[in-house]
Amino acid sequence: MEDKKYKNLVDKHTPKENVLDNALIAFVVGGLMGILGQGLIDIYTYLFNISTSDASMLMIVTLIFLGCLLTCLGFFDKMVHFARCGLIIPITGFAHAMMSAALEYRKEGLVTGIGANMFKLAGTVIIFGVVSAYIFGLIRLIIMGG
Amino acid sequence: MTFKYNNVYINDSATVTGPYESNGPLSKYFDKSYDDLYFGTKTWELAEVKLIEESIDILLNKISKTRFDINVLISGDLLNQLVATNYAASSLGIPLIGIYGACSTSVLGLIIAANMIESGQIKNAIASTSSHNNAAEKQFRYPTEYGGPKRKTTTFTATGGASAYLSSYKKGIKVESGTLGTVVDLGITDVYHMGAVMAPAAAKTIYDHLRETKREIGYYDLILTGDLGIYGKEILKDYMLSEYNIDLKNYDDCGTIIYDVSKQPVYAGASGPACAPLVTYSYIFNKMYKREIKRVLLIATGALMNTTMVNTKNTIPAIAHAISLEVVE
Repeated sequence: MEDKKYKNLVDKHTPKENVLDNALIAFVVGGLMGILGQGLIDIYTYLFNISTSDASMLMIVTLIFLGCLLTCLGFFDKMVHFARCGLIIPITGFAHAMMSAALEYRKEGLVTGIGANMFKLAGTVIIFGVVSAYIFGLIRLIIMGG
Repeated sequence: MTFKYNNVYINDSATVTGPYESNGPLSKYFDKSYDDLYFGTKTWELAEVKLIEESIDILLNKISKTRFDINVLISGDLLNQLVATNYAASSLGIPLIGIYGACSTSVLGLIIAANMIESGQIKNAIASTSSHNNAAEKQFRYPTEYGGPKRKTTTFTATGGASAYLSSYKKGIKVESGTLGTVVDLGITDVYHMGAVMAPAAAKTIYDHLRETKREIGYYDLILTGDLGIYGKEILKDYMLSEYNIDLKNYDDCGTIIYDVSKQPVYAGASGPACAPLVTYSYIFNKMYKREIKRVLLIATGALMNTTMVNTKNTIPAIAHAISLEVVE
């Protein structure tokens, strides 16, 4: 059988992913994460009497801490499995990627294990985050003059 | 290439599994199961070493022999440089043939052992295989605690060690013939659809086996593939019919038997070198001893996947080896 014909046969027996369901769950969970983040900012500004930008930073630190803690306790992979992009796209996903790699490789030593492998998944996010920030910054400079 | 055997028997076998397997429908058939995935060791790799060691220990106890009585150990696993096999063998001190056939390793080991026993070069052999879900996830996919979504066609590496004792002594299950498979590649690049990668290799080996033994598919009470999963199973049936005009009846797949696919979080079913022997040496042998089925053709399917080759846009080749098993009358 030719490769192309076989691919058609495979496609016939391959189930469709539940794109709509996944998108809906991600939308709702992602939205709840947004509400949680905003709530934290409001609480921090009120409690510590600080500016919104300082409170945002505290909010991000809190969410990263929560993502890491739940990853270490072994819950977060199951939560991500359900919520999918709702938890992966926010900062919690980044924390989860870093922490799961660190956990996996800690037994291989501090330098050869954690040091060399912690960015195994998150490295991609950082590299392309910086590259796209540069490109969009350039576009903004050209179109809007800064 | 098909070999016919007159004097080779699997006298006994042993299986050790992890928690997902013991929570599945076959739990009562396994010799030993663990509740966690470390088995008292510090790393996933050492845990897999323990799977092989323990399955051999249990097997030696069953057949009342010591490791010094064993001529050859033929063993393989999924990890780089066969570490599970090599480290287990270093504590056992049995002459070793380390083999790699991905998830087809179990049957490849049986064929090599059967050929050596049939020719009289050795009196007996132990054929072992292992896989460990987390060790495999770490090596081939993502860190084990990472929960990134997986597709429905993804298979779940079974955790287990399985060993079989073969000799020319007439007892247990007769190894009637074995067919070495050829590498088949129909251009699939999707690492999350191993069933599709391996189905054509399984089909070719089944076809070659039937042609070379001049048998009809109905000769066997059960045709059993290794780890195609629920979707791969349908692909094989369809492909077998359209390519070779063979209607697969009495057919099942170990990857769909070992777990309750509808209830356990295993996506399309089990995979891994341990999948086929865990099911065959426990559940299937039990059925054979009870004479519910007499002739079984086991086709262990292996995706010869390498992450570097896949990342550099290459397709994934696959291989399947078949062995014909009969209950001793």
